[in-house]
Amino acid sequence: MTIADPATSPDPNAETAELELLSFHVGDHEYSVDIMAVREIRGWTRATSLPHAPPYVRGVINLRGAVLPVVDLALRLGLDVEEPTDRNVIIVVDIGGRTVGLRVDAVSDILSFPRNALQAPPEMSADRDHAFIQALTILEGRMIRILDLGAVLPGDTDVAA
Amino acid sequence: MSLEVLAVDDSRTMRDMLRLTLNDAGFTSHLAEDGQHGLEVLAEIAPDVIITDINMPRLDGFGFIDAVRAQDSYRTLPILVLTTESSAELKARARDAGATGWIVKPFDPEKLVRALQIVAG
Amino acid sequence: MSDPMQEIRASFFVECEELLEGLNDGLQAMDDGDRDAETINVCFRAVHSIKGGAGAFGLDQLVAFAHVFETAMDAVRDGKLEVTPEILALFFQCGDLLYDLVRLARDDQELEEDRLAPVVEQLEALVETEEEAEEAVDFKPMTLSLDLPGLAPLDAGDGEGDGAAGDEARGENAGEGDGTGPFEITFTPLPDLYTSGNEPLFLLRALAALGTAQTRCSWDTTPPLAEYSSATSLLTWQITLETDSDEAAIREVFDFVDGLCTLTITRGAGAPDPSGSAPKPDMANDEPAPPASGPGSTPPPPAPVPDTPPAATAGAAPLASPVPAAPEPEASAPKPEPKPAPAPAPKSAAPAPKPAAQPKAEAKPAAANATVRVDLDRIDRLVNLVGELVINQAMLAQSVAAADLGGNGAIASGLDEFQQLTRDIQDSVMMIRAQPVKSLFQRMGRIVRESASGVGKSVRLTTEGEATEIDKTVIERLSDPLTHMIRNAVDHGLEDADTRVAAGKPAQGNVTLTASHRSGRVVIEISDDGGGINRKRVQEKAEEKGLIPPDQALSDSEIDNLLFLPGFSTASEISILSGRGVGMDVVKTAIATLGGRITIASEPGAGTTFSISLPLTLAVLDGMVVRVGSETLVVPLSAISETLSLRAGDNRAIGPHTQVVQVRETFVPLIDLGTELGYSTPRQNYEGAIVLLIAQEDGSRAALVVDAIEDQRQVVIKGLEESYGHVPGVAAATILGDGQIALILDPSDLLANASGLSRATPKLAEIA
Repeated sequence: MTIADPATSPDPNAETAELELLSFHVGDHEYSVDIMAVREIRGWTRATSLPHAPPYVRGVINLRGAVLPVVDLALRLGLDVEEPTDRNVIIVVDIGGRTVGLRVDAVSDILSFPRNALQAPPEMSADRDHAFIQALTILEGRMIRILDLGAVLPGDTDVAA
Repeated sequence: MSLEVLAVDDSRTMRDMLRLTLNDAGFTSHLAEDGQHGLEVLAEIAPDVIITDINMPRLDGFGFIDAVRAQDSYRTLPILVLTTESSAELKARARDAGATGWIVKPFDPEKLVRALQIVAG
Repeated sequence: MSDPMQEIRASFFVECEELLEGLNDGLQAMDDGDRDAETINVCFRAVHSIKGGAGAFGLDQLVAFAHVFETAMDAVRDGKLEVTPEILALFFQCGDLLYDLVRLARDDQELEEDRLAPVVEQLEALVETEEEAEEAVDFKPMTLSLDLPGLAPLDAGDGEGDGAAGDEARGENAGEGDGTGPFEITFTPLPDLYTSGNEPLFLLRALAALGTAQTRCSWDTTPPLAEYSSATSLLTWQITLETDSDEAAIREVFDFVDGLCTLTITRGAGAPDPSGSAPKPDMANDEPAPPASGPGSTPPPPAPVPDTPPAATAGAAPLASPVPAAPEPEASAPKPEPKPAPAPAPKSAAPAPKPAAQPKAEAKPAAANATVRVDLDRIDRLVNLVGELVINQAMLAQSVAAADLGGNGAIASGLDEFQQLTRDIQDSVMMIRAQPVKSLFQRMGRIVRESASGVGKSVRLTTEGEATEIDKTVIERLSDPLTHMIRNAVDHGLEDADTRVAAGKPAQGNVTLTASHRSGRVVIEISDDGGGINRKRVQEKAEEKGLIPPDQALSDSEIDNLLFLPGFSTASEISILSGRGVGMDVVKTAIATLGGRITIASEPGAGTTFSISLPLTLAVLDGMVVRVGSETLVVPLSAISETLSLRAGDNRAIGPHTQVVQVRETFVPLIDLGTELGYSTPRQNYEGAIVLLIAQEDGSRAALVVDAIEDQRQVVIKGLEESYGHVPGVAAATILGDGQIALILDPSDLLANASGLSRATPKLAEIA
C-alpha cells in the first residue's frame, strides 16, 4: 500500500503538497485523519444500539435527521475502553460516499505536513491496530499515526453478519 | 413577420417541436391536440395559418380542414398538413381536402418556417 | 438555458410510454373481440406517433420498425387484412419489441437486428400478400438540429436538393438553357390556386428572398370585367431572379401550387433583360409590393386575397405580445370575418384583448386531467421535509407534555390541530408519489405472453384494479418479484393443455393479476387456475433437500410456506423460464424490504393465489413504541393482533430454549425481545411481562416480550440499509420526539430468524 491513497491524497502528484490532518486522542494514543474526509465534529450523544452488530459499532445516532452509524475507535483499535462520557466527541467522516461517526476521546490539533514526510508503517508491526494505520510521521518528537479510514469502517462482512 | 399559427397534432412531442419551432421563429403558436380541439381553439383565435396532422382521434385532419373551410371566414385561410409520407398521392389527397400545402414529418424547422412564409407571408 | 430539444426528447420518451400503453390497451381490446374501427386506429396512431417523434430524433431503427408495424396495422385498418389470433399475437410481439426499442433508444442504444428481423419478415409477409406493389417507403428520417442559424426569413441558403419539391421537380420545361444567368420565371396562377388558400404575393415574396427579383405583372389573359369570377385566371407574373440558389430551391417555393398554376423556369446565360416584354402595369420591384401599396398593382378584386395584407399584419405588433389571460366572452366578437383584402384587418383594428388561447388551448381537452411534470428529486425533497415536520411536531408535543402544559386547553387543541394538519400534509405529499399499477400490469402481460410461448402453453392474463395507486418506488421494485411469480404461475402453476382438458378445464390457462386497497394497504394478487400446489411433492422435496426433518406433520399452510425457504428451488428444477437462479425466497425478501408480506392460498385442482400486501407508502408507519431494556423500539401496528400481560403459568417451556405462551386454545412461541436483540439476558420469570401478540398473514404467530408499552403513533421511516446495512429483525429506523433514534422491528424477519423452522436453514434475510 503506498501512501498516495485517494482517501488521503487529493493530488497524489504533488509530493510536497501540504497535507492537513486532524489529530485526536483515543486512550493514550494519538491518531489523525485527513481533514478532507472530516465532515464535522460533534459532542457525544447516546447511540441507539444495533442488534447483532459487531461490538465496536456503538449504534446509530440522529445527525440532523439522518441515521449515522457510530464506530467506537477504541474498541475498533483494540484499546482499553472506558464508557463514553460527555467529554467525548464524534468525528463525522465521509469515506467513499458513506458517512460514519468515529467516537474518540478528544480532538487535539490540526497538523500540516508536506506529503513526502509520511512514511509507510513498518511491516514488522505486530500490533493489532497495524491494519488500521495507513502512514506514520514524526512531528516535534511525537509519532503521528494516520488512520486508514477504509479499514476502520465496518466492512461488508461485518455488516451482513 | 409575426404570424399567428394554430398547430394541431395529437402527438405531444410533435406539438412541443412545433411550438419550439414557431416560437423560435418569432411566431405566436396555439396548439390543439386533435381536430375537435382545433375547432374549439379556432373559435377563440384568428390565426394567420393552420398546421394540422392528419391521423388524429375524435376528428382527423381531413374532417378538421372540411370544418374549417366550411366557415366563410376561413375559406381561403392557408392550411398546411403534416404528413409522414411525401407521396404524390397524399399531396393530392391533402389538396382535395382543401389544404394549401404540406409539410413532411419529421419536419426541418427551417423548411417549416419557409413553408409558412410561402403561404402566409 | 437548458436545451429545449433535450427536454422534448425526454418528453418524447414519456409520451412513448403512454402511447405504448394505449397500444397495449387497444391490442388487448382487440384480443377481447373488439373490432371497432377506432380501436385499431388508436393502435395505428400510437405507432405512427412514435415513428413521427423517433424520426425527429434520428432514431432510425425505431423509425424503421415502427414503419413496418404501422404498415401492417394500416392494412388491418383498411380492411385489407383480417384480424386473426395469429396476427394479434404478432402485433403483441411487435408492441413488446417496440417497447424494447424505445427503452434502448432512450439510452442511445439499438436492438440486435436478429431480434427484429424475423418479426419484420412476418410483418412484411402480411402486407405483401395484400399489396401487389409495395409502396415505396419514402419516409426519410431527418435529424433535427434546432440550431436555427438565425432563421433569417426566407433565407433559402444554398441549393436544397432534398426538398419535397426537389424530389419531384417536374416543371413544364425544366432548365431549358442551363446557363448561369438569372432565372426567368413565368407564373400564371390557375383559379384553383386561390381557393387552395395560396397567395401569389407570398409566393413571389418568397421567391424574391432567394435573390434579386424583378417582377412584372401582366393581365393579358384578364377577361372582360363581366366575366370576372373567382374561377377565372387573371394574371401572369414574369420574374427575373438573380440568385445563388438552384432551380430546385425555386421549385420548392412553388411546391404547394404545383398543378395550380402554369410555371416555367428557364435560365439564361446572359445578362438579365430588365425591359422584358413590356407588360402593361409594370410593377418591377425588388419585392412584390403588397396590394395596397400601389393603385395599379392591386390584384384583381374578385380574387379573394386570403389574408390580411402583409403590411397590416406586420403592423399588428400586439399580436405577438402576451395577451391578458382573461377569456372575456366579448373578446371573440371582432373575430374572423372574411378579411377583405385592402380594408384594415379586423384583428389589427380591434383593440379588444384576444383570449390567450395558448395556455387555455393546451389545458382544454376535457378527457385528460391537467398534469404537471415534476422532477422526482423535488418530490423526494418535499417528502423528506414533511418527514422532518412530522418529527418536529412529535418533538413539540413531547416538550409540551414534559412541561406539563396539558392543562392549557388552547395549547392542547392547537397541538391537536397541528398534528392533524401535519398528517394531512403528509398524506397529500405521499399521494404525489403514488402511481397506478397499470404500467406494471401491462409489463406482466408481456411476461405472460413470452413465458407462455416459451413453454408452449396458451395463457390468458386478466387484470383487475389497474387504477389502484401505490408509491412509485414500490411499483418499480415490484417488477422483479411479480415477473418471477408470473413466470412461476405460467410455468409451474398451470397444467399443460391436455391435463387441463382432461380435468374438464378450458385448454387455455388463466392468470389473474388484481390490485385493490384493503384496510390501508394495497393488496396485489397473482392467481392461476392451475392444479394447485402439490403439497405432498413439496414436502418431499423439502425433505430431500434437508430443509425440514422427515415425516413432520405439517399444516397445509406450513407446507405452502416451504416454497419461500431459501434453497427450495434449485438448479435441478429450474426451467427455461422460472430459472435465472432465483427462488420464491428472493421474492419474499424483496416484498419484505418494501414493508410487504406475501401469503399463499392454494386449492388442489383449482389453482393457487399469491397475495402481496403492501403499505401505501414507504415513508411512514403506524407503530407501537415499546421499551426493551434501555432501548426504545417501534413495532409496526399492523403486525400486532393484541397485547397481553402474562399471568403465572401462561408460559410453558417446551425445550431448553423454547417457551410458548398459551393464548386461549393455542400455543404461541414466546420471543423475549431483549434476549433476541441482545439487549438483556433472559428473564427468569415471565409473570407480569408484557407481550405483543404478532400475527402474520401466513398464519404464523409469536408473542414478543417487551418491558413496557410507551406510545402508539405514526413514525417516519428512515432507511438503515443505506447508512449501515441490513440488521436482522430490523426493518428501518425512526427518530423519536426526543431526537433519539429508535429501531423499527421487522416482525416477519424476526420470527423467521427465531422460529425453529428456520433455525436449521440459512437466514432468509441474508439472501437479499
